[in-house]
Amino acid sequence: MYRKGTDLKIAVKGQLMQKRYHRQFGQVIWPFAFPQAQHVPSLSTHLQQAKYGSATTERKKFYENVSISQGEGGLFEINLDKRKLKTPGGKLFTVPNEALAIAVATEWDVQKDTLKFYTMHLTTLCNTALDNPTQRTKEQMISAALKFLETDTICYRVEEPPALVELQRNEWDPVMNWIEQRYNVIIGSSASIMGPQIPEETKETFCQHLNSYNVWSLTGLEYVITQLKSLILSFGLIDRHLSVEQAVLLSRLEEEYQIQRWGNVEWVHDYDMYELRARTAAGAMFVHLSSESTAVKKKILQD
Amino acid sequence: MAAVTCRGILKEIRIAKGSDYRNTLVYKYVLEQFKRNQVTGAQFCRARMEALHAARTYLCLLTSTRLHLRLHERYHGRGERAPEEVAGLVGLRLPTQPGGKGWET
Repeated sequence: MYRKGTDLKIAVKGQLMQKRYHRQFGQVIWPFAFPQAQHVPSLSTHLQQAKYGSATTERKKFYENVSISQGEGGLFEINLDKRKLKTPGGKLFTVPNEALAIAVATEWDVQKDTLKFYTMHLTTLCNTALDNPTQRTKEQMISAALKFLETDTICYRVEEPPALVELQRNEWDPVMNWIEQRYNVIIGSSASIMGPQIPEETKETFCQHLNSYNVWSLTGLEYVITQLKSLILSFGLIDRHLSVEQAVLLSRLEEEYQIQRWGNVEWVHDYDMYELRARTAAGAMFVHLSSESTAVKKKILQD
Repeated sequence: MAAVTCRGILKEIRIAKGSDYRNTLVYKYVLEQFKRNQVTGAQFCRARMEALHAARTYLCLLTSTRLHLRLHERYHGRGERAPEEVAGLVGLRLPTQPGGKGWET
């Protein structure tokens, strides 16, 4: 089903229309030509690269207003001016609930002049969950997470200097006790290079627990685990036992110790800390919003 | 505690958006969520604790992205120098070829 380029002479502002892609109009169906609720086929990948930019070129902000709308199946979509947002893979960008949609819309809304995609963590996470570019299955994600437990940060203790040993004991032991009690498992910590021996029952318990999450939540959880370098801290954050700032502090415990000893370098330490906080907060929000199921009760307004 | 978080989020929105922050979706949504959770009477209501944790997480997200971006602009924003500038740093100049380089069209 084609539309010729000449049929679509609608005055649309923005760089997306202007320069190089006029010749592609003939093979492409534009989203705003269709009614809102329809799922439109994907644009060609060239256009997606143009929207998201590449490593060398920056995208200018090509829209004024950002809004959300509810499409088919109760899924929410993001509208940039009149156009619907798409993922880099070309699919329509849909999220299951309103809160996540508003948060993503805000990320796009606060961009000024140029689009800085490295600040739009929730958008990136949604894109990964929607496109699944590496074709990860739920089982793969669960087994990767369990494998991470063997190299969990909390489990690896140093033997010297004594101040750091004590700091690790005071800060990490409570979290270890909490998770062992909460999930009724044994993990233990070790000071050797081999790490702790995780018993099979522990892995079974965690496997069952992880199975209860859906694919979107697992994507977010995997992201948080990769950022914090610890499954235990991620569980602590997702189960709301720790706040984001606490989890990040515990993850960077040795760095914080060194900072206290030798001083803080703003453009490395603070930069890393804020980036880690932002990513972890985005991941945690993503997991919580993807796993909640709030029933929307529509009240009939009596006018 | 909840009031501090709420004020923090609204302040972040105001910093990010500028003048018309009151009309944004997120402002209205946040206010509505906080008002809705006020209604529950119990002090240790679990839903209220969860909502507060979510609010604090969002506040952390907004604050840290802003501060991270600020540090990035301040320290890593300038990019590379052009080859002419680099040569000029040590007092050299790039050679000029009036006919253009062989591989340039």
